[in-house]
Amino acid sequence: MSEPTMPAPDAASRTIAPIITVSAARIDADAVTAALSGSGTVGALVTFTGYCRDEGGRLKALELEHYPGMAEKQIAKIVQDAARRWPILGAAAIHRHGLIMPGEEIVFVACTSAHRGAAFAAASFLMDFMKTSAPFWKREHLVDGTVGGWVEAKDTDEAAADRWHRL
Amino acid sequence: MKLAYFAWVRERIGIAEEEVSPPAEVTTVADLLLWLKGRGETFDAALQAPEIIRVAIDHEHVDHAEPIAGAREIAIFPPMTGG
Repeated sequence: MSEPTMPAPDAASRTIAPIITVSAARIDADAVTAALSGSGTVGALVTFTGYCRDEGGRLKALELEHYPGMAEKQIAKIVQDAARRWPILGAAAIHRHGLIMPGEEIVFVACTSAHRGAAFAAASFLMDFMKTSAPFWKREHLVDGTVGGWVEAKDTDEAAADRWHRL
Repeated sequence: MKLAYFAWVRERIGIAEEEVSPPAEVTTVADLLLWLKGRGETFDAALQAPEIIRVAIDHEHVDHAEPIAGAREIAIFPPMTGG
C-alpha cells in the first residue's frame, strides 16, 4: 500500500498529486480526508464510500479481482481527467481487492475544491468511471459456502459514465 | 506477445496468461479475438460473444479495430464491475 501524498499546494494548478491506492487493506477514510483537507485553500471536501452489501443475507463476501498495474494507471488517468474538467485542489481514489465482507468498504473517493460544485461533480465523475473503466471484477461468495457467479456489468452504470460525454 | 486473461474469461480459458505468436494475418484486436476463439473449446466458450469482450494493450483500453503490432501485453476481460 502506497503512502498518502499531499495535494499540490498551488491552488491555481490544474495538475494535482492525488492519493491513489489499490490494496487488499481496509481503507482509513479519516486519514485520507485529513491529508486532503486542512489547508487554507480548501473550501469543500466531498467523499464517497461504497460498501459491500449482504444482499438480504445471501452473501458471505465479495471477491474483487483486479489487473495489477493497469488498475492504478487507469485510476490515475480518471483522476487527471477530473482535474482537467473541474478546478479540484486534491483527490483520493482508493479501491480494494481480494475478499471483502458485507459492511466493509470496497471503494473510497474524495475531492477537494474551493467551492462545493467542483468537488461534488468531480467525485461523482470519479465514481462513475471507477465502476466502468477501472479493471476490477466482482464475484459473489455465498453463505452456503459456494462460490457464486461473477457480477454482471449494469447498463445503468454505463449510462451514468456516458452522461459525462454529453456535458 | 503476452496475453493476460481476467475474471470469467480467465476461468473459461483455464489459464491466467500465456505467450503467443499469432500468424501474420492477425493484425487487429478483432482478428486476435477471432484467432483465439478458434484455438479450442475453452477459448470458444470464453469468446463466444467477442463484441462484449474488453481489451487493453499495454495497460490502455483499446477498441477492437486497434492494431496489435508492437504490443507487449494484451489483456482480455469482461466488462468491468468494480466500485
